[in-house]
Amino acid sequence: MTDETRDATMSIWRGTKTGGRFETYTVPMVEGMVVLDVIHRIQALRAPDLAVRWNCKAGKCGSCSAEINGHARLLCMTRMNTFAPGEEITVSPMKTFPIIKDLVTDVSFNYEKAKEIPAFKPKPKEADGTRRMYQEDIDRVQEFHKCIECFLCQDTCHVIRDHEENKKAFAGPRFFVRLAALEMHPLDTNDRLELIRQKAGLGFCNITKCCTEVCPEDIHITDNAIIPLKERIVTEFYDPLAWVKRRVLSKGAQQPGPGEPEPPSAKA
Amino acid sequence: MATASGVRRIGDRVERKDLWWVEPLIYVVVLGGFVVYATWASLANGNYYADPYLSPFYSPCLAQNCVHPTLPLLGSWWNLSPAILIVGSPLAFRFTCYYYRRSYYRGFFRSPPACLVPDAPKTYSGETRFPFIIQNLHRYTLYIAVLVLVVLWWDAIEAFNFHGHFGIGLGTVIMVANVLLLTGYTLGCHSARYLVGGYLDSFHKASLRFRLWTYSNRLNVRHNRWAWASLVVVGLTDLYIRLVAMGVIVDPRWIS
Amino acid sequence: MSKEGIERHDYDVIVVGAGGAGLRAAIEASAAGAHTALICKSLLGKAHTVMAEGGIAAALGNVWKEDNWRVHFRDTMRGGKLLNNWRMAQLHAQEAPDRVLELEEWGALFDRTSDGLILQRDFGGHRYARLAHVGDRTGLEMIRILQQHAVHKGIDVYMECTLQRLLTDGGKIAGAFGYWRESGKFVLFGARAVVLATGGGGKAWKITSNSWEYTGDGIAMALDAGTDLIDMEMVQFHPTGMVWPPSVRGLLVTEGVRGDGGMLTNNEGKRFMFDYIPEFFRADTAENEREADAWYEDKKNNRRTPDLLPRDEVARAINTEVKAGRGTPHGGVYLDIASRRSPEFIKKRLPSMYQQFKQLADVDITTTAMEIGPTCHYFMGGVRVEPETAAATVPGLFAAGEVAAGMHGANRLGGNSLSDLLVFGRRAGAGAAAYASRTNARAVDDAQVEAAARSMLAPFDGEGTENPYALHAELQETMQRLVGIIRTEAELQQAIATLDVLGERVDRVTVEGNRQFNPGWHLALDLRSMITVSKACARSALMRQESRGGHTRDDYQKADPEWGKKNVVTRKRGGQLELATEPLPQIPEELRQLVLAEEKQPA
Ligand SMILES: Cc1cc2nc3c(=O)[nH]c(=O)nc-3n(C[C@H](O)[C@H](O)[C@H](O)COP(=O)(O)OP(=O)(O)OC[C@H]3O[C@@H](n4cnc5c(N)ncnc54)[C@H](O)[C@@H]3O)c2cc1C
Ligand code: SF4
Ligand code: SF4
Ligand code: FES
Ligand code: FES
Repeated sequence: MTDETRDATMSIWRGTKTGGRFETYTVPMVEGMVVLDVIHRIQALRAPDLAVRWNCKAGKCGSCSAEINGHARLLCMTRMNTFAPGEEITVSPMKTFPIIKDLVTDVSFNYEKAKEIPAFKPKPKEADGTRRMYQEDIDRVQEFHKCIECFLCQDTCHVIRDHEENKKAFAGPRFFVRLAALEMHPLDTNDRLELIRQKAGLGFCNITKCCTEVCPEDIHITDNAIIPLKERIVTEFYDPLAWVKRRVLSKGAQQPGPGEPEPPSAKA
Repeated sequence: MATASGVRRIGDRVERKDLWWVEPLIYVVVLGGFVVYATWASLANGNYYADPYLSPFYSPCLAQNCVHPTLPLLGSWWNLSPAILIVGSPLAFRFTCYYYRRSYYRGFFRSPPACLVPDAPKTYSGETRFPFIIQNLHRYTLYIAVLVLVVLWWDAIEAFNFHGHFGIGLGTVIMVANVLLLTGYTLGCHSARYLVGGYLDSFHKASLRFRLWTYSNRLNVRHNRWAWASLVVVGLTDLYIRLVAMGVIVDPRWIS
Repeated sequence: MSKEGIERHDYDVIVVGAGGAGLRAAIEASAAGAHTALICKSLLGKAHTVMAEGGIAAALGNVWKEDNWRVHFRDTMRGGKLLNNWRMAQLHAQEAPDRVLELEEWGALFDRTSDGLILQRDFGGHRYARLAHVGDRTGLEMIRILQQHAVHKGIDVYMECTLQRLLTDGGKIAGAFGYWRESGKFVLFGARAVVLATGGGGKAWKITSNSWEYTGDGIAMALDAGTDLIDMEMVQFHPTGMVWPPSVRGLLVTEGVRGDGGMLTNNEGKRFMFDYIPEFFRADTAENEREADAWYEDKKNNRRTPDLLPRDEVARAINTEVKAGRGTPHGGVYLDIASRRSPEFIKKRLPSMYQQFKQLADVDITTTAMEIGPTCHYFMGGVRVEPETAAATVPGLFAAGEVAAGMHGANRLGGNSLSDLLVFGRRAGAGAAAYASRTNARAVDDAQVEAAARSMLAPFDGEGTENPYALHAELQETMQRLVGIIRTEAELQQAIATLDVLGERVDRVTVEGNRQFNPGWHLALDLRSMITVSKACARSALMRQESRGGHTRDDYQKADPEWGKKNVVTRKRGGQLELATEPLPQIPEELRQLVLAEEKQPA
């Protein structure tokens, strides 16, 4: 790319829930710009009321999600030099969520789903009052904690994108990642498998991996979160041998012992 | 698609400008082609053994009417192709494989054909109902696949055995390659990865399982490539043996 | 405008701001039984805290047993050039470890030591490796854990709701007033106590690591409500921001790069920081490269590398190098970790830095040195609070996090912000809940609401000619040029004059479109806070005739012991800013000795 400025042409969806259309804008551009920079220029020079969400401009907050040329992406991490010079770039809002205005959508679906997930519940502390966890135990879960809640995976998931009626019974990939993080947390004691199967609707996922393709944090959503959860569900609900094993073991097992010891309080 | 909230009303036009339909098309062609070939080859009931090579479609060979029986469980009353008895198990393994599921849901069912391209079917229940709920039994097909794999290793070893003499032919190489690819594919299976250790929440006190899980993970990362490579090579192995058996080509041998 | 038409909610405590401080405050207030609401400008989980990278400073002593709160306290006070509120620094150092462990109780997963405890990393100004961290995305871990914890506590959250005014009744807090960003409709909160946790105002500068949210709303609201601000001249310029390409100029490069072994060099390849070791830190700092490099492994027998001097020192040094013509092609200096650590190490420890440079600048930091330069980063100054409860000077108002002042003095150490959020977020939440439980709900004054509403709508019916975006650019240009790292009386005078003009022009801003999610309008309103805060900053900077921490005067280059005993206080009276100096709280003698004691020389 050269130092010369050239023009960027962008076709942006403008409208509200009552309707809208694509408007085309052309603004000058300088080296190194990302799509979000161009949109800010359009705001400053052409359309001051163009609505867009953003915060960090560095792929850390997950605010600026949208669809660029039909790909679910972060506006701030999409370089202009990835497009052919002069190409008209289409930018539209995430289509899985109700529109508010222009590129801003109502993502409250996600915040509602988050509330349905039972909280983290740690087991008692070690005898010396510490919490010991080892890097090999948490590497797997730390991958899930990278999630910036951009909701691009939710946007791209056909289960709700193309079938509105499934929204009730499907938490979506973002929350499978969260559920996997809790289920595989070395300290957690809550059991969420029934919820994952029923209310979160893991069975709706047909592992077509679009969520993984769009995740800007490179979380292997399908391979490392969804499929391992599916396997856990199989053991719990579908695998006859596992069922037999549980029956046999629980028959042999003694009466439950006295209740768990109270966790020692944080500081004496 | 239900009408409702979303900006879906922006229009159903696909905004992607790339050749998004190429990928599902490849799945249809390759997977479809394989199924057609495998069906034909299994029904052919002939040209599946070219001493010392046994086609993987016919192994283990469980009927007395086999040219080269592995374990003649069925008596001479079985007069159909012996492949019919066993070809189901690798097919079931692949059909329920998480990776192939992804591919044929995209290619054949078009739900979705590609990311951010609308689903073809109007309603959708994923893997929550019959028949797809059966996919949950994938690990059982894995158990069988592992048994078959042992047999295929045996076949591969036998492929060095030219009437009691150690030898290597092109067929040997192909059979070894085939079984190696199948091994990589099978051990990187998502169910295998779960069963060897993935079910644990903490690996700290389970170092063997941690190691097994780590190895399986390494294969699993490229499970898609193992899947395609082993699929193509298993077909080619059969084809090669078939052509040798038919006398169309002569198996080159380096030591024999 | 009739009050009936306005959406209204009543709470015991409302917390304004959902970063680390706000979330922690809301959790505490709610746990204390107060009916609590949490209000933020962005979506939940997107506040500045999410961007924090390097870590949380807490003397856990997991890596260096020698570490304890006294050492942390000493580092904090020295880093702050002794302008800190000593009691806040003490509470902070004492309580930070508990607050970090508490996050672990709520599900946080920090990187681990080999024996399973929380791993800690080196950072500027900290004697020992002290920062609990998760790679270079510690803030994300912190905000997500707090957010999930808060959600499960059933705290009501109002997202994308911007507050504009604190409402008072007889000089005491009665609530707050603002608008929904989505619809532009007004919303009124009646509250017995308000906790401000709105962060700083770095968006008034051009080269900044701060996002659009950092417009100083909380500081401006508090000022309007009658509270004292202190230390408004103390703005931290982080030494390492990206400088190229232009569109990412200012984006932060975490101090963790240096903590993990990165070094600063100029275009002659020289490690110039050895030339800039100030007297104050000489005894604590390595003299040569050999000692500096050995320090990473052996802290007992070596002293800290000067690359990790407190931020103000490093930022000034870089500024000087660039001015002297020893900078990089794009006007920064080099930050090099590529030649010092393996690619695997870099990718494991600094994954988001690696991505950030790769994706935004086409630079692979595992093979190439980064070009970096100072960027406006943090407000040490802000709302004056009382240490134990974080109460501001107006009854019923509390403040915690970056919006509050005192804790960091003249300069904040890296990692001390995240711990500050937890320690004082919790204290503010507890303080507000306790206050709310012993006070009655106050009456909301319709006149205040109506005046605020009228003023907020003004940009729609103005005949004005001013464009908010252009005005913002001018403001940023002014602050960058005239109230930057190095300040002079003449430039500050000029800045104040310009800000006065901008202050008038902002009244003539007109916006297009309607009230529904209209960024032009939002910016027009944010500009008012930014200008107020900028004025307070420039005027405080003019008043403090010395150089100290984040405030460097070219015309008064030395620190002046007399000024070291005073805070600059800003108040608004009769619509006008009033400035004064007031003595710092007196530090008890034994703590003073602790701070002044020289580091033991290496054997
Ligand atoms: C890139 C970067 C990296 C950093 N790295 C570190 C680090 O490694 N270690 C460290 O200790 N510190 C670090 N910091 C500093 C630290 O992150 C911030 O100082 C800290 O997060 C501030 O937290 P807070 O809770 O005070 O406010 P924030 O997290 O900024 O939250 C402010 C909240 O107030 C809300 N708000 C503001 N105005 C209004 C209004 N008018 N109405 C309603 N709501 C409003 C916002 O929506 C937001 O929710 C970093 C900062 C940045 C920018
Ligand atoms: S893999 Fe599952 S969750 Fe992910 S996009 Fe596909 S259907 Fe949705
Ligand atoms: S999992 Fe990835 S795509 Fe989904 S919300 Fe998190 S960061 Fe975004
Ligand atoms: S603005 Fe934060 S991810 Fe794009
Ligand atoms: S074989 Fe592919 S997942 Fe099991």
